[in-house]
Formats: sequence, C-alpha cells, structure tokens
Amino acid sequence: MWNYTEKVMDHFLHPRNAGDIPDADAVGEVGNITCGDALKLYLKLDPAKQNIVDVKFQTFGCASAIASASALTELIKGKSIADAAKITNNDIADYLGSLPEEKMHCSVMGMEALQTALANLQGKGASTAACADSHAEHGGAYDPDGLDRVVCFCFSVTERKIRDVIRANHLTKVDEVTHYCKAGGGCGGCQDEIEKILNDMRGQAAPTPDDAARKCPATPPKLTNLQKMTKVQQVVDQEIRPGLKADGGDLELIDIDGDKVIVRLRGACAGCPGAHVTLKRWIEAKLREMVSPDLIVEEQVE
Amino acid sequence: MNKNVVYVDNNATTRVAPEVLDAMMPFLTDFYGNPSSIHTFGGQVHKHIENARAQLAALIGAEPSETIFTSCGTESDNAAILSALENDLRRRRVVATRVEHPAVLSLCKVLQQKGYHVDYVPVNNKGQVCLDALCRMVTDDTAIVSVMWANNETGNVYPVQEIAEIAHQHGALFHTDAVQAVGKVPIDLKKTRIDFLSLSGHKLHAPKGIGALYVRRGLKFNQFLIGGHQEYGLRAGTENVSGIVALGRAAQLAAQHMDEERTRVAALRDYLETGLLKSCPDARVNGNPASRLPNTTNISFEFIEGEAILLRLNEFNVAASSGSACTSGSLEPSHVLRAMGVPQTAMHGSIRFSLCRYNTKEEMDLILEKLPPIVRLLRELSPYGRETAKSHGRP
Repeated sequence: MWNYTEKVMDHFLHPRNAGDIPDADAVGEVGNITCGDALKLYLKLDPAKQNIVDVKFQTFGCASAIASASALTELIKGKSIADAAKITNNDIADYLGSLPEEKMHCSVMGMEALQTALANLQGKGASTAACADSHAEHGGAYDPDGLDRVVCFCFSVTERKIRDVIRANHLTKVDEVTHYCKAGGGCGGCQDEIEKILNDMRGQAAPTPDDAARKCPATPPKLTNLQKMTKVQQVVDQEIRPGLKADGGDLELIDIDGDKVIVRLRGACAGCPGAHVTLKRWIEAKLREMVSPDLIVEEQVE
Repeated sequence: MNKNVVYVDNNATTRVAPEVLDAMMPFLTDFYGNPSSIHTFGGQVHKHIENARAQLAALIGAEPSETIFTSCGTESDNAAILSALENDLRRRRVVATRVEHPAVLSLCKVLQQKGYHVDYVPVNNKGQVCLDALCRMVTDDTAIVSVMWANNETGNVYPVQEIAEIAHQHGALFHTDAVQAVGKVPIDLKKTRIDFLSLSGHKLHAPKGIGALYVRRGLKFNQFLIGGHQEYGLRAGTENVSGIVALGRAAQLAAQHMDEERTRVAALRDYLETGLLKSCPDARVNGNPASRLPNTTNISFEFIEGEAILLRLNEFNVAASSGSACTSGSLEPSHVLRAMGVPQTAMHGSIRFSLCRYNTKEEMDLILEKLPPIVRLLRELSPYGRETAKSHGRP
C-alpha cells in the first residue's frame, strides 16, 4: 500500500484539466504503453505566443502518474512560457505534498512532457527561451553524440536523462536513479553503467577491470573464422550466459555466419518484452568488445 | 472492524474463520503452557497439537506423521528444496517453472549464485506448463523438481501428479507449492508420488504465521531450523500452539466446505467474470479457464493501469489486487503475466479477483456496478483510450 498524500489522492480521483486540446499550439508526449506509463500534454497559448492560456493532459499510468500530470497542469496554467520552463519535477512533488520515493519518476515524467511540449513550440515559431534554457542546463557536458546513447534499454533511458535526474535531485545511489527515471529497474543489466555515471559525476571514477578490458580491442587483431567462432562460443558461455541465467534467462548460440551471430533467447528472456532489444544490444556490445568490432547479433525467433 | 469491505483478495490472505478463532483462543489465554514441559499444565497442550496434525493430514490425504508444522508457506518451500539438495550432494540441478511464487524463485536465484544449475520451465499464453520442455530439463543430475499446484495470480492448476512421475523417472524428488490449492481443490497425497507439499494457514481462514510441510514417509529430511526436538526432531522451535490448533480447525472446515468452493464460489466467480467481460470492452481473462481454481479470475483491462483501477475500487471499499508493476513498487509487471506473453496493452491493467466462501452475490453485483464506469473513466483519461474507441467504434 502506497502512502499517498491526501493531495495525491485528490488529484488522482479528481484530475484537473484532463482531456485534449484539438488545436493545441504544442503537444508533449513521453513514455509508452510498454513502459507502463505515458503522458500527453497539450498547451494552448495566447495570440502573442507568450503565455499558456489552457493546458490539458492524458495519462496512462498509476495514481501518482495521474496526480503528477494533474498537478503539473495546475502549476503551469496561466504562466508565461519562460516561467513554465522553470518548473521541475520537485515542484510537482512539492505541490502534491510529497510522492513516495519509488514514484518520483512520475513527477519526472511530468517535467519531461512539459519540456518536450516547450521544445516543440520552437518548431512553431514561438519563444525558444525554454529550449535554450533546458540545453544550457546540460552545461559544458553537452555532447550530442555521447549523451543521447541509451543506457537502460528496458525503459529506453539515455545517459543524458540519467545525468539530468542525478544533477537535479542530488542522487547518489543506483536505486535512487531507478526511482527517478526507471533506469536499471528492468533486467538490471545497466546498473553497473549507472554506477559508473554516478562515480563519474562525483568526479571519482575509479578504473575498473571492465574499463581496462574495454580499452584493449582498440586495434583488434584480425581473427580467422575458426578463431572467431571459438572466441564467440567462449564469450557466450563464460560472459553472457551466466549473466542471463542469474535472471532466469538463457541463450543458445545457433550459428555464426561471417560476422553474423545468430542466437535464440531462452528461459525468462524469451518472454520478457524488453529482453529482445536489451539483450541484442548488450550481447552485441559484449561480443564486439571481446571478439570483433564487426559482429552483428541477430535473434532467431521460434 | 471493517464490516463493509468487499474482500475479493483471498489469494493474498483470508479472514480468520470465527470457528477457527474460537478453537485457537484458549491457547492464547488459559492454556499457554509449553507442550514440551514435564508438568501437566504444559504437557496437556501437546495432544491438541497432535489433534490438529491429524485434522490437517486428513485434508490432504497424508499420515499425521508426514505433516510438519512450520511458520509459513515460504519456510516450507525453502525447507523442502534445500533438504532435497542436501540429500544427494551429487545432484546439482533444480527444475522449477517460470511462474512459481517468489518463495521458490528467489531461492532458485540464490542457488544459482551458489553454483547450482536451475532450469526454468516455460509456460504458454494460457499459463500452462510446457511438459515437453520440462521432460527435457529433468536429468539424472536433477535433485528436485518444484512445480506449484495452483498459481496464485491466474489460479491455473498444474498437473503435479504427472510431473511428480517425470521427476521420479530420473530419480529426482518432487515438491509442490500447494499454498493456493489446499482447501480449494481436493488433494489426496496417498494417491500421488509427491515428495514434498507446502501449505499455508492464512490462505485457508487460519491466521498468519502458521504453515506446514508434507514430507512423504521414508524420505530423508534435513532440518531447516536446527535446535530442539520439536516436530519429531524435524523442525526445531517452540510450537506455535494457537496457530497449529487454528490450522487444524481451518483444515476441518475447508474439508466441509470443499463442495461449496466447487459449486457456489465457482458460480460467483463465473458470474463476476462473465459480467465484467460483457460490460467492459477490451477485457480479457489471463489464465486457463479449463483448469483453474474455483475462486480465482484474473482479468486484464487493456489500455489502462492496474493500480489506478484498484485505488478507485478502493474508494468503494472493494479489495482486490493487480499484477501491475506500480502496485508492487517494482517497475515491471508480474513475472507470471510476462512469462505468459500477455500483450503489452493488457500487461499493466490486470486485476485479480480471488473469492472465498464468505463472498456473496450482492458483493459481486457491487463490483459489476462500480468497475465498468471506472474502466471507462480511466480510458477517457488515457492517451490510448482512443484505440479502444477505434476497435469498438465500428458496428
């Protein structure tokens, strides 16, 4: 049983500004049905395109997701775009009294939908202040090539988003990161990666054996076919399968055709909706790192 | 006490039957002696334990000496599996289904970390265990096969007797977590080759904190709790006398009401299920209606989320549960529904109604009145609500 505040229950049972705006000036949509929650935010501006005169939302999700969206609409209705752009997930949580730690991602989803809507305004010729602000927040670390990589494939969370929630909410632990943006809450395969990001942001990134290994194949020696096959089999058996088995899953190596490695997911992995994307990427990354950078992993579906 | 609650969450726990409370009360008040004591005041309590053991054994078709009282279903599950592994140290493999209760699955994970090999048997989209896969997984190195008698989320009943035979063909032991089955479906262990069976008191109208483990006669059992000589030296610790007496009485009552489960309770469940499927578009039953506990239905309402449904039902004092991620604090929906490959649109909106003999038709009518508007309202609120309208907009 969640310890929801009265205000959360009030906004859940009596959501404010629910619905859509057919001629909205901007729409911000985040989340999806697979991840278990989604929010679509509609903004209507005044003729000068400076103030939010109307706002509506649609939410797929739990009580706190609905309450967070409802709270967000109350917070930004009537505000100027510049002021709305300053709203953070903490403002949403504060407005609701508080949210359970595990549900903080609901407030983050609200903030993200707002930022997405405001960013979309840019395309419509409205004020770009919001977007500039939000980019400025990334500061010197802003790097379009590196930070937009997906770290958590179960919930499609990028490194940028993870860094944002860590910075904005002063997070120090992996499970806190999970509570705020869901990253690491699925198969758990990216928890080490999140730990590294946390260490990096603390400025005390200690090199791990994994890092050292990663640096090695900078100029990998060209393998013969037989070497490649042996090596792939070895990595699958020693590195990949034990990790999957710990989660009740498994993997079968079906074939190796040139640079194509064909596998089949077994056990828990076979039915996990996130597994296909996650594991393919993870297995591929592992094989590329430890065998050859040209390998492509393909999944054989039963 | 909340007299008005419509309690349809009996697979989570049950109310203590008034008869059970009456039976156990004296052991909390007057007869508080220790059954191991030499004096009459304590020693006289012991016969009540043995009486309860006989009552429980009768419900499951076991000998009293095959029935050990434990603290809960989880303890029984752990004790059985660990005992089997200790019995034959050369056998380092365990087979379990992917839809077992965490009491088994979490233990399996720990066993894997300790170097044991665990095979997880898949299920099909109705949640039925794939027997072909199970046959392939059981080998001469398998120490124990553990398959639940009935699934807590879907109510699916599994062919445990058949699976016990498969296990024995390879010299493996067979354990079944029958926590959801005992008291709801007839069980006659004499007619099976099941080695271990776990059960829990609070699922059959006894209080929490009492369980039992059936250990087939002649089987070597390695103590899980080590200490005194209680429970034939098989489970140490001063007996939970009031709980034991309660479980015995609850077992007796369950036997008396077994037919009612199969008839009246099943009819109420069907009435609720049919009514909801009729009044809520895009709703689907998760599980296998052809082989299911009489009290359970698991229904997914597509395009909406389970916690939101439950908390709105809660406003009408209806207590049910959900396999949705949000209710558990985890971010992923139920491992059972995932193992079954329930579609993404339905995965998060599952509601489990689990009935018992205390439920009435009036209560089902209340749910049938209150739930459809909740589903409609949440779909209106959902960005995916239109997909529902789309699929039903056409005549």
